Amino acid sequence: MPINLDVTAHEHARHLRAGEYTARALAEATMDRLEAQEPHLNAYVRLTREDALTQAAAADARLASGDAAPLTGIPIAIKDLLSTKGVPTTASSQMLEHFVPIVDCTVVARLREAGSVFVGKANLDEFAMGSSTEHSAFGPTRNPWDLERVPGGSSGGSAATVAARGVPLATGTDTGGSIRQPASLTGILGLKPTYGRVSRFGVIAFASSLEQVGPFARDAEDIANFLAAIAGHDPCDSTTSPLPVPDYTEGLGRGLEGLRVGVPDALFAEGLEDGVREAVEAAIEVFAANGASVTRGIELPTATAALPVYYLIAPSEASANLARYDGVKYGHSNHDGPTATLEMARTRDEGFGDEVKRRIMIGTYALSAGYYDAYYLKAQKVRTLIRREFAAAFERYDVVLTPTAPGVAFRLGEKTADPLAMYLNDLFTIPANIAGIPAMSIPCGFAQGLPVGLQLMARPFAEGTLIRAADAYGALTDWHLQAPSALEGVS
Amino acid sequence: MALTTDEVRHIANLARVALSDAEVERFREQLSSILEHFETLTQIDTTDVPPTAQTLELVNVERPDEPRPSATTDEVLLNAPRRDGPYLRVRAVLD
Repeated sequence: MPINLDVTAHEHARHLRAGEYTARALAEATMDRLEAQEPHLNAYVRLTREDALTQAAAADARLASGDAAPLTGIPIAIKDLLSTKGVPTTASSQMLEHFVPIVDCTVVARLREAGSVFVGKANLDEFAMGSSTEHSAFGPTRNPWDLERVPGGSSGGSAATVAARGVPLATGTDTGGSIRQPASLTGILGLKPTYGRVSRFGVIAFASSLEQVGPFARDAEDIANFLAAIAGHDPCDSTTSPLPVPDYTEGLGRGLEGLRVGVPDALFAEGLEDGVREAVEAAIEVFAANGASVTRGIELPTATAALPVYYLIAPSEASANLARYDGVKYGHSNHDGPTATLEMARTRDEGFGDEVKRRIMIGTYALSAGYYDAYYLKAQKVRTLIRREFAAAFERYDVVLTPTAPGVAFRLGEKTADPLAMYLNDLFTIPANIAGIPAMSIPCGFAQGLPVGLQLMARPFAEGTLIRAADAYGALTDWHLQAPSALEGVS
Repeated sequence: MALTTDEVRHIANLARVALSDAEVERFREQLSSILEHFETLTQIDTTDVPPTAQTLELVNVERPDEPRPSATTDEVLLNAPRRDGPYLRVRAVLD
């Protein structure tokens, strides 16, 4: 049968198991489409056709033996922040342009075990620092809904390729919204798991107390299967939880009956685009009309302070994590300096882009003598207050609902000159990273022809609740089925 | 609060980033406006509030201290910018 590349991973899995097409044929068709789209989107730092075809052949053998997992033979894009053994992993930075990992990160190793097929390394904001994928050393990724607009970031390549129906699944990482905000801006689903649910081993470090790897997909069932494949304890990452991984498909088909939804209206009272507000209000109506009990105006007074807390904690952790790029062990290395110290400083000036330097400088300042108590320690104390507020809210509500981002996809170059304007994009997504809770963006409408996303947050390790709500909302609406048209006629 | 040029140069030196004069001025303006945004935190009362370093409730994660295979020298040096046999080659730090 002809292969329809626009379907979900679980639909591909059904066709593969029925023998209607092979993983090899799916991989070839996928690579053909990705190669045709790439000049328009720039969603990848590197496409890996040969590796994909080899993995697909192994997947076909496994399918033939009847031992297939849900992701066996499924094409997946890997964010280029995740180490892939033998395949360059750049973090979209000049610093790591030629870096070749000697191990797979745990997430990639688990996806390999599941038999999935890696199509390439997806573009991102350098070292995952940004909200537009414009801060990539290898050029910006474009939004398939409008090629003059950004796909969000930092996981913009991953989001753009899933939205463009290039692949059904992609990995992202989310430190302050880097999965959810691009999911919102490209009209797909994206989940940031609870801190500690997914291993960070082998993921190039940015802010270690905040970041998590998570899935992009086009429906809730795919999110459930993808998360199940990558979640769980890892002896190589001592911040992974020993809690067992539940069956995330249990919540599918259960509807919204009895779901307690809290809406912190004050959190998004200001700075929200009208079209986003209208789409989110309509979505709240859908929840209320279909069995959920919706409470408006719940209190999360300190959550608005999450943005300055984040922009102190994340750069502080980044300044420590990125100290390793010294030009000695790996990465870009300057050999022209008159002294060892100056060679190191030149290595870092040449290797890092502006946004990375800016964050290293903020973090270095916040941690420096005389300022530690006023900035870093203060931010960590406010972090405690934010955690407590969310814990109190989750005693009364199963999910907290907000817009994912204050606006729709913006134009390339619109916000690059003003870092603070760019940071404000993450106003609603950052609180979940500060509190360590799971959160998901779900397509909920359009404004000016561009996708709008709804964010749901839940108590720690309640990813199943988010998947249930996303599945139920997806059954009542068809926003997640809308496909972009900017690449029609390409492949 | 507005940073001075000297403060920016001091931070850059601590962070080991060589900056051009133009970069110093651009960062001075941008970092000053970002730091100003942080001032809102001073309005939040955190008396007797302990800091949160991480959100998992795990404490003292340990494992048995058993020998395991590790990477070979060649693997470790695969990405070395300057290699000398089984060693990383670096500039002399002291004269």
